[in-house]
Amino acid sequence: MSKIHVTTTINGDPVEFLADPRETLLDCLRDKVGLTGSKEGCGTGDCGACSVELDGTLVCSCLVLGVEADGKSVSTIEGMASDNDLHPLQRKFIEHAALQCGFCTPGILVAAKKLLEVNPDPTEEETRYWLAGNLCRCTGYDKIVRAVMDAAAEMRQEVA
Amino acid sequence: MRYHSPTSFTDAAGIAAGASGLTRFLAGGTDVLVQMRAGMVQPDDLIDLKKIPGVGDITRTDDGGWRIGVAVPGIALGANAGLKTDWPGVVEGMELVGSTQIQGRATLAGNLCNGSPAADSVPGLVAAGATVEITGPEGTRTLPVEELPAGPGKTHLAKGEMVSAILLPPRGQHGGDAYLRFIPRTEMDIAVVGCAVNLTLDGDTIKSARVALGAVAPTVILVPEAAEAIIGTTLDDAAIAKLESVAKSAAKPISDKRGTSEFRVEIAGVLAKRAARIAYARAKGEQA
Ligand SMILES: Cc1cc2nc3c(=O)[nH]c(=O)nc-3n(C[C@H](O)[C@H](O)[C@H](O)COP(=O)(O)OP(=O)(O)OC[C@H]3O[C@@H](n4cnc5c(N)ncnc54)[C@H](O)[C@@H]3O)c2cc1C
Ligand code: FES
Ligand code: FES
Repeated sequence: MSKIHVTTTINGDPVEFLADPRETLLDCLRDKVGLTGSKEGCGTGDCGACSVELDGTLVCSCLVLGVEADGKSVSTIEGMASDNDLHPLQRKFIEHAALQCGFCTPGILVAAKKLLEVNPDPTEEETRYWLAGNLCRCTGYDKIVRAVMDAAAEMRQEVA
Repeated sequence: MRYHSPTSFTDAAGIAAGASGLTRFLAGGTDVLVQMRAGMVQPDDLIDLKKIPGVGDITRTDDGGWRIGVAVPGIALGANAGLKTDWPGVVEGMELVGSTQIQGRATLAGNLCNGSPAADSVPGLVAAGATVEITGPEGTRTLPVEELPAGPGKTHLAKGEMVSAILLPPRGQHGGDAYLRFIPRTEMDIAVVGCAVNLTLDGDTIKSARVALGAVAPTVILVPEAAEAIIGTTLDDAAIAKLESVAKSAAKPISDKRGTSEFRVEIAGVLAKRAARIAYARAKGEQA
């Protein structure tokens, strides 16, 4: 099985790896690049734990081949905080205790970040629909939604 | 598995025609990768169509219709205001596919060529009278969308052939379309029944119509009798009753864990009348 040389940009940094064409981007991120923040919950596009942005579009990295990342840019959870400052969403998730086991959290944060980019002032319903592809088996979603709404308010510089 | 990323449909057709093992095309991959992972499909050759110039474009054709590239993801369809104004039913069908993440990848062409009778974007395309442009080793041909699927997981594409664009006809004046599906949840589920209605009006009277049903037969079906039930009417109660009964008798579903055959038949009637009312309101320029 000949491997393919992939040149890509991950969280702003140039990265190269060799991928078997059957390997998913998720596997490449975790096993070749050492970025284990993106999780594999299902491997079939149902849970969203593997969410990343590919050229600015929110996707499940378990449904993208590693070789498809060639020449593209990927943003993962590891790129969300800047230096020592957590992203407002990350802070609000801690404040609102919007996680229990935390397995779903990276995917939800990546998805929520994209939501607030395209819609800085989402309604609760819009937030729930946007995150419908992110499953959480622990929290019951309520705290997650509240944390996202609160982060959105802070990012709009309103006091929630 | 060999991964190919040709830069023209002719090259893609050449690779596919020359391949001896199992071949799959790769659009968004939201079906192919799931099938690969499940071990259902282990392609020897995977032909990625996304490097072909133009496959990501949505363009208005000279006659006022639309040409949609085979790699256009759901999210880009919804973002195209002109397309949404012309064919809201087609767009809403595609937007029902999966989650935000799936919308970032999944395509109309993949939804159609995967051959699921429950594919959510297909009834809307069939009702709209959409055609597909097919490119293969012998050149290019076009086919009405309803003639492409051959049964669950099967299409009438010959070896080496692929869909190279989806073509929507000009919307014209006083037209509207709509797609509805029934699922037990609010999101992320497979249609138990789907129904699309497309119609045009002359004043208050329906001048032309096309009705398509999903998940009630081995393929998505066009139901001409359902269209005849409402053509020439103002969608009054009698026309609605006729539409409902005709849609129910056209539905020949199986029973499975998502619903019994009897339930699906009942729902086919309900969705047909609701979708017709929405399409009618849209044709009148009302919000629906
Ligand atoms: C979590 C999840 C939820 C989903 N929810 C829904 C849903 O609600 N409704 C629904 O209908 N579907 C759903 N799907 C299925 C899938 O997302 C859709 O069928 C999607 O539209 C497939 O498009 P794609 O571009 O990803 O296809 P791909 O996976 O790339 O391809 C699908 C098939 O079509 C063939 N193909 C692709 N392009 C061409 C072409 N141009 N010419 C010839 N053959 C081609 C491929 O060889 C393959 O056999 C879901 C999938 C997942 C993972
Ligand atoms: S691991 Fe990708 S969606 Fe579940
Ligand atoms: S916190 Fe455990 S899955 Fe969400």
